[in-house]
Amino acid sequence: MTSSITATSERGEPEPSSVLGCRGLRRCFGELVAVDDVSFSVAAGETYGLLGPNGAGKTTIISVVAGVLEADAGQVLIDGVPMRPAALDVKSRIGYVPQDIALYPDLSGEENLRFFAALYRLPRELARSRVAEVLDVVGLTDRAKDQVKKYSGGMKRRLNIAVGLVHRPRLLILDEPTVGVDPQSRNAILDSIERLSAGGMAVLYTTHYMEEAERLCDRVGILDLGHLIAEGRPRDLTARLGAAEHIVITVDGDVERAQKAAETLSVVSGSSHDETDLDVLVRDAESALPAVMEAVRSTGCALRSVTIQEPDLEAVFLHLTGKRLRD
Amino acid sequence: MRAALHIAGKDLRQRLRDRSAILLAVVVPLALAAIFSVLFGQASTPRAFRYAVVDHDHSRITATFENQVLGMLADRGIVTVRPMAERQARTEVADGSLDAAFVFPAGFAAKVQSPRRVAVQVVGSVDQVTATDVARSIARAYVADLNAARVAVAAVTHQQPGASPGAVAAEVVGSAPSLQLADVSAQARVLDTKTYFAAGMAVFFLLFTVQFGVSSLIDERSDGTLARLLAAPVRRTEILAGKLVTSFVLGVTSLTVLVLATTWLLGASWGNPLGVGLLVVAGVLAGTGITSLVASLARTPEQAGSWQAVVAVTLGLLGGSFFPIQQSGALLATLSLATPHAWFLRGLADLSGGVGDVLPAVAALLAIGLVTGTVAVLRIDKVVAP
Repeated sequence: MTSSITATSERGEPEPSSVLGCRGLRRCFGELVAVDDVSFSVAAGETYGLLGPNGAGKTTIISVVAGVLEADAGQVLIDGVPMRPAALDVKSRIGYVPQDIALYPDLSGEENLRFFAALYRLPRELARSRVAEVLDVVGLTDRAKDQVKKYSGGMKRRLNIAVGLVHRPRLLILDEPTVGVDPQSRNAILDSIERLSAGGMAVLYTTHYMEEAERLCDRVGILDLGHLIAEGRPRDLTARLGAAEHIVITVDGDVERAQKAAETLSVVSGSSHDETDLDVLVRDAESALPAVMEAVRSTGCALRSVTIQEPDLEAVFLHLTGKRLRD
Repeated sequence: MRAALHIAGKDLRQRLRDRSAILLAVVVPLALAAIFSVLFGQASTPRAFRYAVVDHDHSRITATFENQVLGMLADRGIVTVRPMAERQARTEVADGSLDAAFVFPAGFAAKVQSPRRVAVQVVGSVDQVTATDVARSIARAYVADLNAARVAVAAVTHQQPGASPGAVAAEVVGSAPSLQLADVSAQARVLDTKTYFAAGMAVFFLLFTVQFGVSSLIDERSDGTLARLLAAPVRRTEILAGKLVTSFVLGVTSLTVLVLATTWLLGASWGNPLGVGLLVVAGVLAGTGITSLVASLARTPEQAGSWQAVVAVTLGLLGGSFFPIQQSGALLATLSLATPHAWFLRGLADLSGGVGDVLPAVAALLAIGLVTGTVAVLRIDKVVAP
């Protein structure tokens, strides 16, 4: 696969106004290099998305930024102050929402929030008002006294976020907060994040849902195998593909063989497939479509449907790595 | 260390809402202590063996047996003895009114003075095996003494041809009782049955109760909440301290409730409250240290749970929670000193001598807690890790 896009991660010093600055982060687990030489920054009021498939290193970066893990090399600065696992004052500026629901099911929603408010050293009266405030933000005021084990999955997700907000952090870290959430709760979560960002909070957001990244993120960093391979505003990244478009063909047959056939065409700049869908990148879908369809048919595959899509972050990732984001 | 107290408060609130924790900490040990007390209480309360002597010989030798040998045991409350006709004795043994009867045949004394073999018949109840065995042993010992006397008579009459064999035999046999009772009290003092099982069950389940503290760190790691704690402005030592406080409070509360409940409900007699308090605190610290060490070696909640169960049961058995380990030989008695259970029970027994006597047991418990707890704390990077 060839690529016409050059990785453009900014590797200089973090902006002075950055709430979060990461420089040359590296973290290994034994022989595995999970994150290697990753640098980026997030400013106040900005939502920065880390985009990548499972195993790309998103959660490792999040854990290092949150002070849960220590980097093997590189530095994390919060408001210019180095983050270390023992840097308690720095930690109090961060709200951390882990990927898995991290709550105490035997406690009520309110008790969970009060416990974490106490850990973040909020005075009792202030904690009471903040708890009420975040319960309202995530729409759980009516269920505040119920034990969390009685909540639905979406309610737990929302409370999971509320815990990260209760101390009004400067930086909110959200690690795939909408995984397994119903569409209604998902929209509510995304609305909340937009409001928080508009209020001046810096947000670091990981996802492998490109539509979420496109909706929420001012900038995204694209991760693959622990490396930041591209960074920029979503529209800038897609623009770098030029007029590239997706042709998604649902086939009945050997989809891998169909992909190989499509890649022999000069008009195809990238491709990927899952069990049934072949996804090819072309500069001009309308003119390339007959040739692509013919190439697929020549492998003996039957075409079930054909869709042409505008360039998006999925296409960018495909173009850069030859893989789909959800691989 | 305010964060540690917040963490402990949260953990205790969770435990209070977890009925299985209350069952394990209070209800089950109380119930088992009650059951064991009922099961073993009667067996452990000594009852005098009921013997009869059927004397067809009416000689000085048979009178010596009844009055001196059995009489000495009767004076110590070990046996009751009644002279009885043979038919009545056999009837009472058969219906369980008697445990055993010693039957001396006519001419018994004459046989003793002759070369012929002498025998005492023991009629025992099949339902009272121990009492019958004891009766056989007494009879066997007496007959052995008589045989020794016969040898002595033969020796005297051989050296002094004018001596009367009957007088010599009577002199030898009547000179001393054939059984000697020595005071063989155990090295450690003994608790009464109710207190023993109350304490045994309390300290046995203590190791299950205190594991809720430090082991919950592994649960938090598994549930993802530990990462959240590590991301909060809280030191790792505070997280560990919170868990240790949880273990300590759970352990002290559980033991205190059990002490009071077994006192009021079962009639257990724990002893001086100050001494008991010292033992409770030291015992909880020892239990917390041991469970912390086991938790520090485990990777998953399942692993921690099963390892801790194995350790708790092994130490409980070895430490004498279910039966007095001193009765199982010197080796096991020595090995039991590596367990907090043995020191806790020994401390309670020693408490009858005064609060000062409990201090060696308290020191041993604190040493166990200090050693195991220190190793666990040194492994903090493994224990409090995402």
